[in-house]
Amino acid sequence: MVDISAQPGTSFRLSMLLYDRRYRSMTIQVIVFILVMAAGWWLVDNTIRNLQALGKDFNFGFLFQRAGYDIPSPPIPYNSDDTHLRAAIVGLLNTVIVSFLGCIAATILGIAVGVARLSNNWLFARLMTVYVEMFRNIPLLLWILIVYAIFTEVLPPPNAYRGENPAASMILFDNVALTNRYTAIPTLGLTNDPGHLDLGYRITVDWATIAFAVVLIGGWFIRKAVLNWAQRVQDATGDRPVTWWINLGIMLVPSLLLIWYFGLHLIPPELKGFNFVGGLNVQNGFVALWLALTLYTGAFIAEIVRGGILAVSKGQTEAAYALGLRPNKTMKLVILPQALRVIIPPLISQYLNLTKNSSLAIAVGYMDLRGTLGGTTLNQTGRELEAILLMMLIYLALSLLISGGMNIYNSRVKLKER
Amino acid sequence: MSDIHAQDVAFVRDSMIPESPPPQRQAGVVKWLRENLFSGPVNTVLTILGLLIIWYLVSHFWDWFAHSVWNAESLAQCREIIAATWGEGARGACWAVIRERWHQYMFGFYPPALYFRPVMAFGFLMVALAPVLFSESLRIRRYVLIVTAIATLALMLLLKAPAGWLAFATAVFAAALWLAERQVARLLVFSALYPLLGVWLLWGGSLWGPIMVLGAIGLGWLAWRLLVGLSPLVAMIAGVAVTVGLLMFLVGPAADDAESLLSLSIIPVASDQFGGFLLSITIGVAGIALSLPLGIILALARRSDMFLVHTLAVVFIEFIRGVPLISLLFVASLLLNYFLPPGTNFDIILRVIIMVTLFAAAYMAEVIRGGLAALPRGQYEAADALGLDYWKAQRLIILPQALKISIPGIVSTFIGMFKDTTLVVFVGLFDPLKGISDFVRANFAWKGIYWEPFIFVGAIFFIICFSMSRYSMYLERRLRREHR
Repeated sequence: MVDISAQPGTSFRLSMLLYDRRYRSMTIQVIVFILVMAAGWWLVDNTIRNLQALGKDFNFGFLFQRAGYDIPSPPIPYNSDDTHLRAAIVGLLNTVIVSFLGCIAATILGIAVGVARLSNNWLFARLMTVYVEMFRNIPLLLWILIVYAIFTEVLPPPNAYRGENPAASMILFDNVALTNRYTAIPTLGLTNDPGHLDLGYRITVDWATIAFAVVLIGGWFIRKAVLNWAQRVQDATGDRPVTWWINLGIMLVPSLLLIWYFGLHLIPPELKGFNFVGGLNVQNGFVALWLALTLYTGAFIAEIVRGGILAVSKGQTEAAYALGLRPNKTMKLVILPQALRVIIPPLISQYLNLTKNSSLAIAVGYMDLRGTLGGTTLNQTGRELEAILLMMLIYLALSLLISGGMNIYNSRVKLKER
Repeated sequence: MSDIHAQDVAFVRDSMIPESPPPQRQAGVVKWLRENLFSGPVNTVLTILGLLIIWYLVSHFWDWFAHSVWNAESLAQCREIIAATWGEGARGACWAVIRERWHQYMFGFYPPALYFRPVMAFGFLMVALAPVLFSESLRIRRYVLIVTAIATLALMLLLKAPAGWLAFATAVFAAALWLAERQVARLLVFSALYPLLGVWLLWGGSLWGPIMVLGAIGLGWLAWRLLVGLSPLVAMIAGVAVTVGLLMFLVGPAADDAESLLSLSIIPVASDQFGGFLLSITIGVAGIALSLPLGIILALARRSDMFLVHTLAVVFIEFIRGVPLISLLFVASLLLNYFLPPGTNFDIILRVIIMVTLFAAAYMAEVIRGGLAALPRGQYEAADALGLDYWKAQRLIILPQALKISIPGIVSTFIGMFKDTTLVVFVGLFDPLKGISDFVRANFAWKGIYWEPFIFVGAIFFIICFSMSRYSMYLERRLRREHR
């Protein structure tokens, strides 16, 4: 057989750059490279000339100037004398907090609704379908605005809780007060406070928090060791030692001891004058954003969960029953590992969507990254180019971090093939 | 089995007793209730919970809906009417705001005398879409076209459209119906021309602009046709270069010259007069139409063997997917002035459409890449074995199957993009949700009205998005080739 495209002795001709498959891809790539370079050069050149015309330069020095604006209830100490950089970090932390809490709540809600849609109960399954379709087909911005309007327009002002015969009453055993300005929730208090660790830059961590974290993480590792030991015993003897009470003890007893030692207790909010004090007053912008993100993303996660469970064929359940596995073991060992494979990848993109959608905080006045760096800082310093580029880079880094972390988890649960 | 005979067994039935109905508890409503609502303790609790939720919703919102007021001039007047009719302290919905301001929710600040133009543009949109969306079913196509024609013409009559325009619209609808019955492929020509016609109807101005754009595209096609025998690659580059060159340098002056010779101009409408659902649907439709082809190209680029093309596609897609749409819209409104030559200033709606398109295209590319990856390798090898070149293989074998697999994902990207058009409020455009509602509330008469606009706008979004998702289900059913 004669290989036509590679005849020996044919010298290179210019037309082979177009007609020969060996060289054509090279030609295309060179053209693309030149075009991209030209476009990039054009953009940069335009930017430089535009900046010159406006008498501006490209530098990030503004980040170290005094910010001069306040952020309500910042997660780390912040006041208007701090720099724009610190304001941006506060904004980033706010973004991370609302995204993290939103992801957790949306996952719980989504799993519950997804399972409920598959339930035999006709009425409840229909109700959940209505919820999912409502939230999936109406813009998130509308839900954020509605929840925020409920908080600001329907709820009573703080002073409605005042007096002998108040117009409003607190809920959850007098622990939570919903008002039109903030939601007052209890905080945790310590009777035996060991002080805090100073990390510099006015960032502090309570020793009590560190102690709890150490105990919980340590407990988790010990629990793994115990499970390994149980597996070894089972492999050797065929009998699996009962471990649930050991695990429960490892997780609970040290925590309970710490709670007792530090004297951890709830401090409920109390009405003093016109406002609630003692507890934590969470701004309504945050609560509305968090709730709307949760409800909206929860509807999407519900569909993902439902699809994942439906993707595991009925034969798998029947095979597991035939092997003599009990229903909960079937769920844990057979259904869930296979459903997770289907569920995790779209779940990752929902988490990413939630994080990016948290930038709608602008609609409710919650100061997230867009509100600080891309909002007030931008307006005060007039550095659109730097502020927006930096903000996009931070969002990009955040997205890559989340998808990277979730991909590691995904590669652990996905089907191991040869 | 066969050696058991009737005479061996103790009893064999020799006559059938008449069928009796199932027991009371095993039939009809009772059985259905027992099986679907009260089959166990958990189920019973869930049913009661569901009933409680429904009762809570109905008891809280029924009186509000029942006490609706449609005729009033302000919120205060609404409240007076409600108090007078249903007693002091009664709550009620004040739909009068919709009755009074519906035109702003629909058209924004478009000149009221020209409302018929957007109506006509969207009527024609359905004509352009019908042969694409319902290519296989004559019955559905006929139904859609007739309903659209009647609705559009009736609305145009109500909006007092000039007789000339009415005649034009009637002619277009009649021709479309006739073509849809006989040669539906011809109707696709109208679909291809529609973007220019739609832009002209919405923004007005001279008809010579669209004609010249068409001419530029035609000349580009001619260049491609002449060179395609030489090399498809060269022909493609030449075609694109001719079109873009003409668009950039010749189309504008040529249109102006032609306009001064023979005026074919209708009243122009500036972009800042757009608003409400007109704006949302314009951005949404343009974004949908542009993001699908761009997404396909990006997906193919990402799967390309060429390192540079692949890398560029990955960087672009991951960058766009990693940042919120809001930040891209800010780039469109604040930063494009930096990136373009000094003194350039082009339309804000066009900028937003470009950004929304890029955003949706990156998501679309990932959806289509999934479809491409799901195709069995044999399909690619079969295309190669038939001797098809790359583009022929993609066009005839790979993409039809890959796109079919990705329909649900593509449509949910469309829905997401249409919902995201509400975000344009943050760059100063008047979207129906927040822009127009804030504008309405800024008037003293409607200060403090929240729920009615939200419900109205939400309902329209729901109808549009829900029908898109239902259409995708229909399409999946129609394209299913396996026999079941």
